[in-house]
Amino acid sequence: MADIDKEPVDATPNVTEVATVDAASEAEAVAAIDAPVSQGEPILQVRNLVKHFPLTQGVLFKKQVGAVKAVDGISFDLFAGETLGIVGESGCGKSTVAKLLMTLERATAGEVFYKGQDITRLSGRALKAVRRNIQMVFQDPYTSLNPRMTVGDIIGEPYEIHPEVAPKGERRRKVQDLLDVVGLNPEYINRYPHQFSGGQRQRIGIARGLALNPEIIICDEPVSALDVSVQAQVINLMGKLQDEFNLSYLFIAHDLSIVRHISDRVGVMYLGKMAEIGTDEQIYEHPTHPYTQALLSAVPVPDPEAREGRERIILSGDVPSPANPPSGCRFRTRCWKAEDKCATEMPLLAVPERFKGLDSPAAHESACHFAEEKDVVHAA
Amino acid sequence: MTTIDKTAEVPSARSGDDHVGPLLEVRDLHVEFHTRDGVAKAVNGVNYSVNAGETLAVLGESGSGKSVTAQAVMGILDMPPGRIPQGEIFFRGQDMLKMSYEERRSIRGQKIAMIFQDALSSLNPVLTVGYQLGEMFRVHQGLSKKEARAKAIGLMDQVKIPAAAARVSDYPHQFSGGMRQRIMIAMALALEPDLIIADEPTTALDVTVQAQVMDLLAELQREYNMGLILITHDLGVVADVADKIAVMYAGRIVETSPVHEIYKRPAHPYTKGLLESIPRLDQKGQELFAIKGLPPNLLNVPSGCAFNPRCVMAQDICRTDIPPLRPVTERDGTDLVGRGSACHFWKETIHG
Repeated sequence: MADIDKEPVDATPNVTEVATVDAASEAEAVAAIDAPVSQGEPILQVRNLVKHFPLTQGVLFKKQVGAVKAVDGISFDLFAGETLGIVGESGCGKSTVAKLLMTLERATAGEVFYKGQDITRLSGRALKAVRRNIQMVFQDPYTSLNPRMTVGDIIGEPYEIHPEVAPKGERRRKVQDLLDVVGLNPEYINRYPHQFSGGQRQRIGIARGLALNPEIIICDEPVSALDVSVQAQVINLMGKLQDEFNLSYLFIAHDLSIVRHISDRVGVMYLGKMAEIGTDEQIYEHPTHPYTQALLSAVPVPDPEAREGRERIILSGDVPSPANPPSGCRFRTRCWKAEDKCATEMPLLAVPERFKGLDSPAAHESACHFAEEKDVVHAA
Repeated sequence: MTTIDKTAEVPSARSGDDHVGPLLEVRDLHVEFHTRDGVAKAVNGVNYSVNAGETLAVLGESGSGKSVTAQAVMGILDMPPGRIPQGEIFFRGQDMLKMSYEERRSIRGQKIAMIFQDALSSLNPVLTVGYQLGEMFRVHQGLSKKEARAKAIGLMDQVKIPAAAARVSDYPHQFSGGMRQRIMIAMALALEPDLIIADEPTTALDVTVQAQVMDLLAELQREYNMGLILITHDLGVVADVADKIAVMYAGRIVETSPVHEIYKRPAHPYTKGLLESIPRLDQKGQELFAIKGLPPNLLNVPSGCAFNPRCVMAQDICRTDIPPLRPVTERDGTDLVGRGSACHFWKETIHG
């Protein structure tokens, strides 16, 4: 695909250098993957990750007529023991990022370094070891559990693929331990998914994610299919498990209040690009990108009085098609600040010039030419 | 049981009939479903009323009976397995449950319209949106295809679909989620009904689009002075648009209130728990308050108050006596207009 080359490669100039590991043999690679990472060190480093899905025409002689640019050059770090929240509207590419990190999809370009090794290039035993350490919890607990398998089989299935984690005789006991950890009765091991409620099913999904003692869990909208009163239970459980097992979460959701509650850092995505990234305080209290501000102001606040004092930014129109994104800044078609510069020049994800060197929470990475602080969460 | 009193000043009905009183009044409605495993009591004595120009939000989790009540009002309940053993639904003073099939059919769509949650599955994928919008005019008003198409374009303009004339012959899949929901709204508006029932109209949408759609709905409601029943589980959406709220749990209304009051001082432990369990953008806590346990199985609703197994305040009386929806008063006994709570201990809940 030729048009990738036209994109500026270094879209995020100020991410840290990756300390890569050059493994001569597969055994060395596996050893590096199994090595522990201390708290606060980067465990997963994503650099200029790109995923384009080809659009083809014709039946017999397929020719490519374009590409859906689902993920178009994003970079971020995930540190050991932290929760990185990714928010964005549907179609912005957040679930594709999850799939790329799981190596369920092959990246078109870019690298994903797990402990210094590019997992997009790994294969064989080394890839298997990576996959053991990165697990996923899916959105819909109704379709992500096989209705014909018992809970014990579902949670124990990872051990079939990675038998070194638990010898055959121990598996049943391990599964029962896991059920206990996620707050389900260990005696339920022989039940089927339909005998559980949505919240309980999501606990089963989490138990399956935990089975192989992973270091990273990627949660793709883990609570959005659940009832409000049950969401809080699952969120609390996830917080507890993180402390207990020193997990790193990549928490993908569209519910901004839940993301804020659980995340240490938050990244805001728009049309395959990262619009703004920073700590939860920087993003929620001092957003500088207009899209983040609009997103935050659109969240319905369950308090009529706080709402009345708030300025609401209502964006016009829909998200443009990722097959044909706008030139320059992707958000410019819906942005109220857009000027000519926005159509021609793509803003880089960096600390904006005006905030550089300032000791202010507004000094975080934001991909906007006219980044400006605006408090949209609190009443005026 | 009390019905919800109106709180906001409401302009008079726009059509010229002389009926006084609420536009829609549901009285002691029961709905049950006969299944192989037994009788599921989905709705157990619901009372509510809506006036013209007013928005009633019905709030509840899945299985609380909020959608079933709406389907009974609309007359689109699957019967069997559904059954309405008792209750009355008055529309402009007439009990719709006693009407003939033809009479009900003339009300449905023309007087009461419904907006469904999932626009993609509620629109027919093999017919153009223009055809589907025009169907309302062809069937109810006997217009020709050409006239109906012109009307459909007008409707699409009204719900702010850009380039309506060009898009009228597009199919549902060619529209985005927000646009599809606009088409659903246009369809509900087509015959200028007196009452719109919106069942989770924005649940499938993104927040930025949700704000657009809710704004549009509120604007059109003002313009036509319609009554609106908004069914939702999202406490945030309710705060933005509703005039009054009815909270449902296991087929009963457990609390009613004007919108502002409920967030400040909930009078039912369930409402209180719900409000405390949502993380708020402007306050980050350590652990969320979680209502323990699960919503009840409708085949086997707990005795007494249905919420008692999950309630922090439950005592013996809660396990034996079903609490009626009582009016809620200030500490000194002054009436709080429009407020009611079905809890034995509402005083303790609201006044601490």
